[in-house]
Amino acid sequence: MNSRTTHAPIIEMKGIEKHFGSVIALAGVSVDIFPGECHCLLGDNGAGKSTFIKTMSGVHKPTKGEILFEGHEMHFEDPRDAITAGIATVYQDLAMIPLMSVARNFFMGNEPTKKIAGISFFDRKHADRVTMEEMSQMGINLRGPDQAVGTLSGGERQTVAIARAVHFGAKVLILDEPTSALGVRQTANVLATIDKVRKQGIAVVFITHNVRHAMAVGDRFTVLNRGKTLGTAQRGQIEPEELQDLMAGGQELVALEGSLGGTV
Amino acid sequence: MSETTQPKPVADERVKEMSSFRRALIRPELGGICGTIAVFTFFLLFAHDSGMFNSQGVLNWSTVSAQFMIIAVGACLLMIAGEFDLSVGSMIGFAGMMIAIFSVTLGWPVWLAIMVAFVLCLAIGALNGVIVVRTGLPSFIVTLATLFILRGFTIYFPQLLENKTIIGGIREKAEGDWLAPLFGGKVLTGFFQFLGEHDLIATFERGSRQGEPVVDGIPMLIVWAIFLIVFGHVLLTKTKFGNWIFASGGDAQAARYVGVPVNRVKILMFTFTAFCAAVFATCQVMEFGSAGADRGLLKEFEAIIAVVIGGALLTGGYGSVLGAALGALIFGVVQQGLFFAGVESSLFRVFLGVILLLAVILNTYIRRIITGER
Repeated sequence: MNSRTTHAPIIEMKGIEKHFGSVIALAGVSVDIFPGECHCLLGDNGAGKSTFIKTMSGVHKPTKGEILFEGHEMHFEDPRDAITAGIATVYQDLAMIPLMSVARNFFMGNEPTKKIAGISFFDRKHADRVTMEEMSQMGINLRGPDQAVGTLSGGERQTVAIARAVHFGAKVLILDEPTSALGVRQTANVLATIDKVRKQGIAVVFITHNVRHAMAVGDRFTVLNRGKTLGTAQRGQIEPEELQDLMAGGQELVALEGSLGGTV
Repeated sequence: MSETTQPKPVADERVKEMSSFRRALIRPELGGICGTIAVFTFFLLFAHDSGMFNSQGVLNWSTVSAQFMIIAVGACLLMIAGEFDLSVGSMIGFAGMMIAIFSVTLGWPVWLAIMVAFVLCLAIGALNGVIVVRTGLPSFIVTLATLFILRGFTIYFPQLLENKTIIGGIREKAEGDWLAPLFGGKVLTGFFQFLGEHDLIATFERGSRQGEPVVDGIPMLIVWAIFLIVFGHVLLTKTKFGNWIFASGGDAQAARYVGVPVNRVKILMFTFTAFCAAVFATCQVMEFGSAGADRGLLKEFEAIIAVVIGGALLTGGYGSVLGAALGALIFGVVQQGLFFAGVESSLFRVFLGVILLLAVILNTYIRRIITGER
């Protein structure tokens, strides 16, 4: 566990503030993200989780504070800059296009091409083959690469989106509530996927408001509350009950305590 | 799981094997194929001796179908990219009128008139796209405005300049022009001459053209239709850009998140639709030798209907150029076939309404199968 703290963080967010007009969404949040670790960002609705990750992925520019990526200060003009740098975000609902095939979705925006008579064509064979390989590695059965994403379950769609981000060289993977709309079995699959990805040395930022999901895969835990963070805890330093209390702003959630005993 | 081969995942027992019938059903062209077979069967049975299937008859409905096809290709790609263009019909009238005004009224060479008219149309198409993309307004409203603006100008300009709403004399102007035959000419004339000489197709029996085949070549209109269909189909299914068209219409936000230049795709598709309208207009002007202020009326809806019959979803993200081409073929065959069969032509509209409704219902059902909705 200690070895994890010795290597350099891939992203350092320092004193990030974000104001929307008169609303202060983030009031000075500092978080370090390490490669090969799953960093859980917890918080109740309205805590500023979404604003924070959107700042990290280039959607919002911070009002104050700095972002260091691999030790260098970064200014992302738009999400494309962040993607190019290696920061990929998988959004809960907007990951996949249901009407398109898995292969077309997988390579969307990164289509492989081959030249025939000087004209560049979409290399469908390559796309189909890679898609089938990646899907079978992630444990998803496809009837074929032309199967529409709409026929996949919510968990499978998240998995396809994660596999896609990893395939295209993401160094940091931001997952925006990937498990919030899923059933138990699908959640377990997504968590297993997160674990696989982390073991490949990729930094995972896992946003959730479910403490059990966080405890299942998290190496570090940061709780956001009303635009502020109360610091980051490492695995083993904090109990689920404490996390739950922090998320709720220190209030005791007696009624829920019983259900928090296990970690999935 | 052996170490040398890819791990083969166990089949999920809850995923039913898809029957080949269901598989065929989710192809967007299915409706178009069935419709085409049905329509041809019908007219072969009821109008086979009406002259509909001799060389002249075939040319007649192929030309009408080709007209629909040209605008359907543009409308199809645009609809898959998630947008509509209601200004297609007005654009046809406008482009034709501009060619007439430039060449006849202003006395420019025809090639220059055609080129400037094309540039104008592409610019207006791109402007439609820019307004839709920038404002986020529905393309339905934006292009409805363009429909009225263009139609208004198409009526106003000839009245202002020539005191009439039809400008003729273009055919005379186009003689010897190098660009005009690309739209008004005919190809394979030698081949048809050969067929006529060997009594394989009908020839004129008397008059100044005695001995010449009644059908003396394939109009460029049909060549353009085939070219645009092939181009549209290859672009959509075989290129990177085609994937972006599907993605832009399927879910613009999701596409943007992975770096698809959605705005550029949509603006380009609006421009392409305008290009198709301009091709249609130029062929029509060269064929008739005149431009009229009422040309292209209701064409936007006919294009959209052909596309929907061809299996495209009105909501975007799904469809096929080949399907749209079949939709246009059904359209052309029925419109001309009813004439050959001696049926009251107003019934054509009844047919259109019915087939449109059936196509939309079928498409909705197919989408449920694809997306697994229940």
